[in-house]
Amino acid sequence: MSAVMKPATAVTWTRICRVDEIPQLGARVVKSAHGNIAVFRNGEDEVFALLDKCPHKGGPLSQGIVFGRKVACPLHGWNIGLDDGAAVAPDHGCTRSFAVKLVDGAVFIGLN
Amino acid sequence: MKKLKLVLVGNGMAGVRALEELLKIAPDLYDITVFGAEPHANYNRILLSPVLAGEMTLKDIMLNDVDWYATNGITLHLNKKIAKIDRVARKVIAADGTEAPYDRLLLATGSNPFMLPVPGAKLDGVITYRDIQDTNAMIDSAARFKNAVVIGGGLLGLEAANGLKLRGMNVTVVHLMEWLMERQLDRSAAGMLQKTLEAKGLAFKLKTQTAEIVGSDDGGKAGRVTAVRFKDGAEVAADLVVMAVGIRPNTDLAEAAGLYCNRGIVVNDTMQTYDPRVYAVGECVAHRGLAYGLVAPLFDMAKVCANHLGNFGIGRYQGSTLSTKLKVTGVDLFSAGDFTGNPDTEEILFNDAIGGVYKKLLVKDNKLIGCVLYGDTVDGSWYFQMLRDKQDIHEIRDHLMFGQSHLGNAGHQGQNKAASMADTAEVCGCNGVCKGTIVKAIKEQGLFTLDDVRKQTKASSSCGSCTGLVEQILSSTVGGAYQPAEAKNKPMCACTEHTHEEVRKVLLEQKLKTIPAIMAFMEWITPNGCASCRPALNYYLLCAWPHEYTDDKQSRFINERAHANIQKDGTFSVIPRMWGGSTSSSELRRIADVVDKYKIPTVKVTGGQRIDLLGVKKEDLPGVWRDLDMPSGHAYAKALRTVKTCVGSEWCRFGVQDSTQMGIDLEKDLWRMYAPHKVKLAVSGCPRNCAESGIKDVGVIGVESGWEIYIAGNGGIKTEVAQFLCKLKTSAEVLEYAGAFLQLYREEARYLDRTVHYVARVGIDYVKQRIVDDAANRAALYARLRDAVSGEKDPWQERAAGTDAREFELLEA
Repeated sequence: MSAVMKPATAVTWTRICRVDEIPQLGARVVKSAHGNIAVFRNGEDEVFALLDKCPHKGGPLSQGIVFGRKVACPLHGWNIGLDDGAAVAPDHGCTRSFAVKLVDGAVFIGLN
Repeated sequence: MKKLKLVLVGNGMAGVRALEELLKIAPDLYDITVFGAEPHANYNRILLSPVLAGEMTLKDIMLNDVDWYATNGITLHLNKKIAKIDRVARKVIAADGTEAPYDRLLLATGSNPFMLPVPGAKLDGVITYRDIQDTNAMIDSAARFKNAVVIGGGLLGLEAANGLKLRGMNVTVVHLMEWLMERQLDRSAAGMLQKTLEAKGLAFKLKTQTAEIVGSDDGGKAGRVTAVRFKDGAEVAADLVVMAVGIRPNTDLAEAAGLYCNRGIVVNDTMQTYDPRVYAVGECVAHRGLAYGLVAPLFDMAKVCANHLGNFGIGRYQGSTLSTKLKVTGVDLFSAGDFTGNPDTEEILFNDAIGGVYKKLLVKDNKLIGCVLYGDTVDGSWYFQMLRDKQDIHEIRDHLMFGQSHLGNAGHQGQNKAASMADTAEVCGCNGVCKGTIVKAIKEQGLFTLDDVRKQTKASSSCGSCTGLVEQILSSTVGGAYQPAEAKNKPMCACTEHTHEEVRKVLLEQKLKTIPAIMAFMEWITPNGCASCRPALNYYLLCAWPHEYTDDKQSRFINERAHANIQKDGTFSVIPRMWGGSTSSSELRRIADVVDKYKIPTVKVTGGQRIDLLGVKKEDLPGVWRDLDMPSGHAYAKALRTVKTCVGSEWCRFGVQDSTQMGIDLEKDLWRMYAPHKVKLAVSGCPRNCAESGIKDVGVIGVESGWEIYIAGNGGIKTEVAQFLCKLKTSAEVLEYAGAFLQLYREEARYLDRTVHYVARVGIDYVKQRIVDDAANRAALYARLRDAVSGEKDPWQERAAGTDAREFELLEA
């Protein structure tokens, strides 16, 4: 493996919305070719994007309660890390995460 | 910053537990060094008996292996006994010369078994029962010899005797007192225990004092034991003698260092010794004049100690109420508190000698002060909890003896005895967890609390109806180490140390009016709480400051944010309100049109006399509400749900009151009322009670002369019959009494408590006193409810008109 990891395909940055169009400690749902993507904004105005599917039973994470850097799935209360999509122990599982960048208050997600 | 140095002397359960608690709250505060005299890492001493009995191995009972210390950056010295504490230079010195300096020292030196000072006590084959080494010695002797004598008929002695018998030895238990386990059992229960153990093949000699241990004379030097001789001159042959006559706090090291000891190292409520840099926990300690030899108090001490070592400075150890469970397979025995009684105590007794069940409860001033259970210990934890919470029991006194009826209500085949369940039997019907999985997790991961078991296995973490079973499994697996969670002083969640009651009190006193204000003032540990405390805080604020408080949508569970019920596929269900279960052709026509227009896949009649539209897409919700043009049914909310009614006197030939109209009036009076949990009412027009008023939060039953009001019933997980509150004459009174009771519940219950839980806690007498006896208070409560409800709008109407549109809109990539 080479020292520098390169994505297999180049990332396409897609503009989604303005940061203030996502509620603080909340999320919006983005329809995409990959399926629905949940875009979260936490208390520190950090933005995260995860596939809108809990690794447990596919619950829509976008509808959960956001706290710290986690979201609680609305179906059975699994806690999922916003940065990496991984379930918090003792639960196991991971949902896909997407790269996010903020430019002048606009939110872009990296899709490939 | 340079880390402080913490040294722990004693690598046992109490000391290491304190370290675990400390690492949880202040992982980086100390460089930690541990000295242990035994060659093993930390193991679960209370499970030595199952090891002796051959039911577990040493590997099964390890709590922290050597890797745990390394992972947490702890320096571990095994096989090193500390010889001296130099308090001036602040260092400890081991027998082999190893030294370690400290800023804080934690002593957890445990206790030593007491050896009877009789001739022959030093003979080969005379041992105590304390650690792995003793256990191995017993296992080894059982393989080579035939006869064993156990001196001491207490908990430890009986467990030792049982283990040796199982390993094939002839065992005689010698006990000085008149009956076995006299510190935990009364004479009757002890008699039944003795009978059971005799049936297992154990022999007993009670009221017998040991005079001498006789050994073979091996040419002048002491040889191996051959017999035990008693005061009355009788003798019993013995190749092995186990002394289990008590323990003595191990204070040698502390005393030599000049620390004040008096039957234990004397500590205060923060576990500090007379030298404030030196703490002590566990069996070596004397706290308020008491030394504890059971494990549960040690855990309480460890928690308080860690809190102070971690500079949190909260929490006091104020002593423990003890409970005992004997870990002998096939013997069910539980005792707690004071069970001997005196002229001031009242005794409730159940004695079935043939069936082998004996239960004694001791009551004083309407409080349970002690219990002894033999043969059926299902309700041990329940009694123990009441005992510790000093709960007033006069309302349940008549059925107290028959235990907690809801145990194992739904979802586990009506089972209510964990012991008789097979390993493959399902305990938790919500999460599909069977008994074997729970037992395995408890053993392998060293779990001691209900919360830990819930976290690791999910058992009883959803609806909670199997909590009693899980507690039983926990207590039968870890024995006396299990203490039921303290319900009274339980913090709201892991984000805070404060209880629900404290938070509600403070937010009123300090006039805190936002969630961040509460979190800042009450020093929340997390930046913005969690999915458990935020909805609770939002409700408490809404209840405390009606009109004034702006609802925090993001602290509401999705159902209350979207005003519809989320389904397993992420769609929603919509249930419009039908007052008192009545509808009309135009409403039904609109519902039919909506179903067609939005292609709603399922239409179902609910148990609450309404119609449920299932499978609605979130983005369609505002349109569905607009076209329905019916009020929100709040079927998704912790709020007033339905008022179920029967037909009543308008049509029914038996009806004596107009129950439908009463139901409509109640529903119109109470709708838009948010509450700690869902609230359901019912009104029946005659005592035939077709609306099932007996299992509702407020149930109303019409009689010829008026209405009977019942409260705090429940038809769900915990089926509970509502209790009679009072009888009233007019409909207006029904509205006022029902409203006042629900306002009392809104103001005083914990979030997620149903009325059944709330009334179980405060008692029906209290509710009667506040609602029935106190007219002024009743009127004030009802007025506050009217005021709160008048400030709430119909959420569907608002959203149909465009409020909060973003919640329902999708974005496109």
